[in-house]
Amino acid sequence: MHEVSIAEGLLQIVLDEVKKHSISKVRVVKLKIGELSGVQPSALTFCFDLIAKDTPVEGADLRIDMVPVKVKCLDCEDVFIAEDHSFFCPDCSGLNIELMSGRELHVQEIEGD
Amino acid sequence: MVKIPVVREILEVNDRIAEENRAIFRENGVFVLNLMSSPGAGKTSLLERTIDALHEEIQIGVIEGDIQTSIDAIRISKKGIPAVQINTDDACHLDGNMIRAAFDSLDLKALDLLIIENVGNLVCPAEFDTGENHKVVILSIPEGDDKPAKYPLMFHEASVLLVNKMDLLPYIDCSLDVIKETSMKINPHLEIFEVSCKTQEGLSNWYDWLRQKVHAFKEGESDR
Repeated sequence: MHEVSIAEGLLQIVLDEVKKHSISKVRVVKLKIGELSGVQPSALTFCFDLIAKDTPVEGADLRIDMVPVKVKCLDCEDVFIAEDHSFFCPDCSGLNIELMSGRELHVQEIEGD
Repeated sequence: MVKIPVVREILEVNDRIAEENRAIFRENGVFVLNLMSSPGAGKTSLLERTIDALHEEIQIGVIEGDIQTSIDAIRISKKGIPAVQINTDDACHLDGNMIRAAFDSLDLKALDLLIIENVGNLVCPAEFDTGENHKVVILSIPEGDDKPAKYPLMFHEASVLLVNKMDLLPYIDCSLDVIKETSMKINPHLEIFEVSCKTQEGLSNWYDWLRQKVHAFKEGESDR
């Protein structure tokens, strides 16, 4: 249940931005979460709703965009989606792989009044 | 209604603290491992064996992460090496800040190697950088060969996999080949050692890896 820690980090960032931009009520928080990260969207939403109570973020809609695990083969330059987390190149079987996406835990956008 | 583009890392605070920890470790010449596994896979037993084998040549310190008790820190202290207990109070992982809080109780300058024993859990600890040089994961034979596929992040983040309790392999439906195949698929650069903390089978390969890493670090080779 590290979603509690993730939710706390998230709330802190949103509250930071609320202050910076003088927002009174946050409606939507858009996130990107990589499929390789161990975060369960439903658990994160549950924790976030709980800790956002009595803040300007209470009741905000958490919109989570799951990002597939995309990798690049540095030998043949092929870019592919690592289905079932296979980190070798389907084209040349190379192991020289760079992770391009899939580890995200980002806040993207906040909507509010 | 206003839309504000943010683009910030949710774990930015932890990542910053972990980087600061890493710099402090480097300044003090301490090579740091973050040891992770399910509960009961053999983290503390591996530490005990490692301390017995290497304490005369390498100055070792231990940070013990545990939800409630000091059982592990007491086990390690009996070996006569510095061990600091961190109780996470129900948190399922250690983070950069908790490690920072342990610095006051450790003489980092006196250490060559600091091993952080994380909370027993194959999910959460993988997400939180503590400032270590390498993550090390233990998977024990009775847990089954499907664990790398079920917990890919842990096996992707680790530099070393120790397959422990090899002495139980004849009695348990667990395929070593499946463990190796799936974990190498997730992480082609993973170093795998087959060991038994009970019989000490295979542990010398782990000790050699540790010796080599600690010495290379002392020589100033960059290792993260």
